[in-house]
Amino acid sequence: MINAIWLGLMVIGIIVAALTGRLDAVTKAAFDGAQLAVEVALGLIGVMTLWLGIMKLAEAAGLVQALAGLLRPLTRLLFPSIPRDHPALGAIILNISANILGLSNAATPMGLAAMQELQKLNRGDKEEASEAMCTFLALNTACLTLVPTTIIGIRINAGSASPTEIVGTTIFATAVGMTVAVVVDRISRGLYRRRFPWR
Amino acid sequence: MLAELVKDISRWIVPLMLLLIPVMAFLRRVKVYEAFVDGAQQGFTTAIKIIPYLVAMLVAISVFRASGAMEVLSQFLGPVVKPLGIPPEVLPLAFMRPLSGSGAVGLATELIKVHGPDSFIGRLASTMQGSADTTFYVLTVYFGSVGIKRYRYAPAVGLIADISAFLASVWIVHQVFSLPLQ
Repeated sequence: MINAIWLGLMVIGIIVAALTGRLDAVTKAAFDGAQLAVEVALGLIGVMTLWLGIMKLAEAAGLVQALAGLLRPLTRLLFPSIPRDHPALGAIILNISANILGLSNAATPMGLAAMQELQKLNRGDKEEASEAMCTFLALNTACLTLVPTTIIGIRINAGSASPTEIVGTTIFATAVGMTVAVVVDRISRGLYRRRFPWR
Repeated sequence: MLAELVKDISRWIVPLMLLLIPVMAFLRRVKVYEAFVDGAQQGFTTAIKIIPYLVAMLVAISVFRASGAMEVLSQFLGPVVKPLGIPPEVLPLAFMRPLSGSGAVGLATELIKVHGPDSFIGRLASTMQGSADTTFYVLTVYFGSVGIKRYRYAPAVGLIADISAFLASVWIVHQVFSLPLQ
């Protein structure tokens, strides 16, 4: 599916650009996109290194496992394939908490730490996403947000009479998104197992 | 009130973690400096590993954005979604949201400035911006960091969740700010 999306973005983009006379803009965009990708990845190095170091300390102190134990009923329901007290669960909880609180600088490194743990548990093809990874990504792409800090800032700048009045509507919309993500993930997992029972 | 509370938690949580985790580790006789450096080692390689995935994805998204395809699509869909209570003006933001974080912030800012932050479109754009993540960025970075190339059904789940969050935004903003559905 990701192959179709990737090809689709490229093909539609170039055809539309040719029809609307924007080929120069598209050429520039392609190179800018490549440049931006490297900048984003390099920009991650600092925070990644910091949080992976802290995570290692938390793991060595047994804190990550303790956190996993605390929320066991919930994580067992969402991630039945992860053994209890596995560090992956602790990292997942840290990542989701950071997301809910809007700590984007901490959320990504913790999420990537969780992915490393999940990859250790991935018993199938190491180039294919495991069920637990798909559930984790579903939670991540549609995560409950309590305070949308960026947009509140934009509203203050625009002179809103009540910059935070959209907090309630945002919590509602993200809660719907997260619920749908979890449900659709579960349904897709079942369908996928039926279609590819050997995997 | 909730907003204030969460803001306070957000301000305290990082310093507290940087204080408590090393102290707890020290109390459990972990060699804290050595363990930190040990874990931190992977930071660089992980970030570098993401580059090819991110280049592939961001180039395709940049090409798509620069082509004006989103505007064309929005023009076609505008008359279709208007009877559902969705203002056509917010469609480009809906398409941009899962593709590009900075692009979506730009579009949301513009909508809020042009229509006013306390207008219906301003409130809807704010809710939409706050209620979804950049799905493709998350998929690319997370899977890329561990070398996953086949994503199974994860993109479909992410996009269905994005569409649901969008429709939920439209519905709730209509309800809360009491404008009748057309």
